[in-house]
Amino acid sequence: MQMKNWLRGKVAKAAVLIVGVLFLAFCFAGCGDSKKASELESKVAELQKTVSDLEKQNKELEAKKVAVGKTLENVRAKGFIQAGVNGDLFGFGRADDKGVWKGLDVDTARAIAAAVFGDADKVKYTPLTAKTRFTALQSGEIDVLTRNCTQTLGRDTALGLDFCQVNYYDGQGFLIPKKLGVKSAKELDGAAVCVLPGTTTELNVADFFRANGMKMSPVVIENTAELAKAFFAGRCDVLTSDASQLAGTRAVAPNPKDYMILPDIISKEPLAPAVRHGDNQWKDIVNYSVLAMINAEELGITSKNVDKMLKSKDPRVMRFLGVTEGNGKALGLNEKFAYNIVKQVGNYGEVFERNVGVNTALGIERGLNALWTNGGLMYSPPFK
Amino acid sequence: MDNTTTIDAKSSVKPPVSSVGVVGWARANLFNSWFNSILTLLTLLLLWKVIPPFVNWAFIDSLWWSTSAECKAAEGACWSIIPAKYRYILFGLYPYDSQWRPFLAIIILIGLLFYSRNRAHWKKSLAYAWLVGLILMGLLLRGGILGLASVESTLWGGLPLTLLLSVFGLTAAYPLGVLLALGRQSEMPAIKSICIIYIEMIRGVPLITLLFMSSIVFPLFLPEGVSINAILRAQVAIIMFTAAYIAEVVRGGLQGMATGQFEAAESLGLNYYQTMRLVILPQALKIVIPPTVSQLISALKDTSLVVIIALYDLLKTTQTTLSDPDWMGFSSEAYIFVALIYFACCYFMSSYSRRLEEELDTGL
Repeated sequence: MQMKNWLRGKVAKAAVLIVGVLFLAFCFAGCGDSKKASELESKVAELQKTVSDLEKQNKELEAKKVAVGKTLENVRAKGFIQAGVNGDLFGFGRADDKGVWKGLDVDTARAIAAAVFGDADKVKYTPLTAKTRFTALQSGEIDVLTRNCTQTLGRDTALGLDFCQVNYYDGQGFLIPKKLGVKSAKELDGAAVCVLPGTTTELNVADFFRANGMKMSPVVIENTAELAKAFFAGRCDVLTSDASQLAGTRAVAPNPKDYMILPDIISKEPLAPAVRHGDNQWKDIVNYSVLAMINAEELGITSKNVDKMLKSKDPRVMRFLGVTEGNGKALGLNEKFAYNIVKQVGNYGEVFERNVGVNTALGIERGLNALWTNGGLMYSPPFK
Repeated sequence: MDNTTTIDAKSSVKPPVSSVGVVGWARANLFNSWFNSILTLLTLLLLWKVIPPFVNWAFIDSLWWSTSAECKAAEGACWSIIPAKYRYILFGLYPYDSQWRPFLAIIILIGLLFYSRNRAHWKKSLAYAWLVGLILMGLLLRGGILGLASVESTLWGGLPLTLLLSVFGLTAAYPLGVLLALGRQSEMPAIKSICIIYIEMIRGVPLITLLFMSSIVFPLFLPEGVSINAILRAQVAIIMFTAAYIAEVVRGGLQGMATGQFEAAESLGLNYYQTMRLVILPQALKIVIPPTVSQLISALKDTSLVVIIALYDLLKTTQTTLSDPDWMGFSSEAYIFVALIYFACCYFMSSYSRRLEEELDTGL
């Protein structure tokens, strides 16, 4: 009985020992397992996070795609194109006394409307200042920005814009009174320079003077008309601005013959229409609307002879005017889009001469804006 | 008999010419010391240098009905820019053939303003007249019914836009400003701190910043395709801005009230709203009429800042007119014309406030 008891005690002790050892072993093993498990868990959590991040990104991309990929659809649904224009710039974008919009940039917008709707009048204009122009495009207030904007790398990338075909090659120049007796901008050391504030013009002229080791004293005036007035009143020796403006400024001088434009051009200002980044179809449409005007001039098609040209047997003309089909479908437009542009707006040469050419108050020569065949930069890829 | 005649003769001897009449007045006021004499001479010289050339330029050599080419050849002012361009300056981009509509709207507004000048007309019917007038103006401008072609608000411009922004801005800002002032005086901490934060925030930034915020930053937060009318955005910014300033002016009036007024109202058993409506505000608002009106006048002139967000108010249409190469050189004439319009509006307000002050004067 005692023996039994003793044995019982032993067994119990052993059992306790075994259970204890096992427990410890389990404990250790468990500890190791739980360590592994927590590692795995954190990995899983990481992966889940990556997945959700990716999903989020994907969603954002989708949203963007929906937002910006449908400009053409939106425009069609609205029934008109909302174009951002200058509003104050004669020859480029300005409403006349009767509220009719005129200018090179306005005609560019009209060409896009002619391409999309077959009716150049289906445009509404939003006048924008230099400060509000890009936001208006980014926020979707306008569909296309045709407001004498210089294409630069920064604007093309960081601002989320896409620039299309250049519709005017500008550059910064100098207007001087002849009595100054200067033949080149390099002789302008120490000059008082009239310049508009807050534009690239101001930076360019400062850079130019610094690069050539010359001094200048800027006379900064906010408004173009006031700037010209100050210059003619002799408050500064030289007026600097985009070359497209200088001719016009010279034309309003009390005595235009007393003033001359220096041959130096100190900056590159390719002015191009802009659209929101990421909507390639819409960009193509804007691009080829401008190019259609250039190509029409190259092919000798004008608003007057375009109907006759429909019967032309030249395959280039036939493709261009949509007699041979294909171009319109590729762009998602009517086959007659180029015909409509030329018929209602004109070719690039007509548009140029009508708005800024030698017979207008601006009196600008074609220069860089001539066709490549005439020594200019206007060059269109083939329409095929 | 003889004696009396001599006395008469003596008494009728006139004082020396140098002490009466124009000469006497000039001696007494303009040449009473060597310093004042020099100042007088300098002023006369300045006037002689300035006035004749100005009169020459503005009236004698000036052209009133000519082409721009004739103007360029002429020496004097070219007022011809006004008859040639007045419709664009006054109505901006509004469709040319429908410009009688904003014209009529302005006439209605001016008529209502003049009618309301007389305090005898301040009855309930006047409120209805304003309501009907404003609706009528809105219909005229917007169109779309009764055979009037619809005109979008983006095309509104010139004088109607300036008046619209100021009249609506001021009428909405004034009550809001009074509420803010009362809120700032409130004993409820939440309302008090909200009002203080609002007033100080708005007064801490220039109006231009608010306009930029409303026109550039705000649209970026809106979903694609949703755009709030640019005029409305500017209008809200102007109201918010003016209200904060009015609030501070009104607070000055409230703090100027004697404690006795509050106590008297309380002892009559009036509650807060009755105290304010019947006792405090009528007196406080009366004291602050002059600063309020000067605030409203500066708000009216501030509406010209919408130029920078490309709204075609009176100033912007003038600037656009001047970008026409034919008329580019004649900015002085155009700006003088616009200045006269602004002056007329501001003078109307200040003369009205003077009259209101006199009429409300209770001798306190």
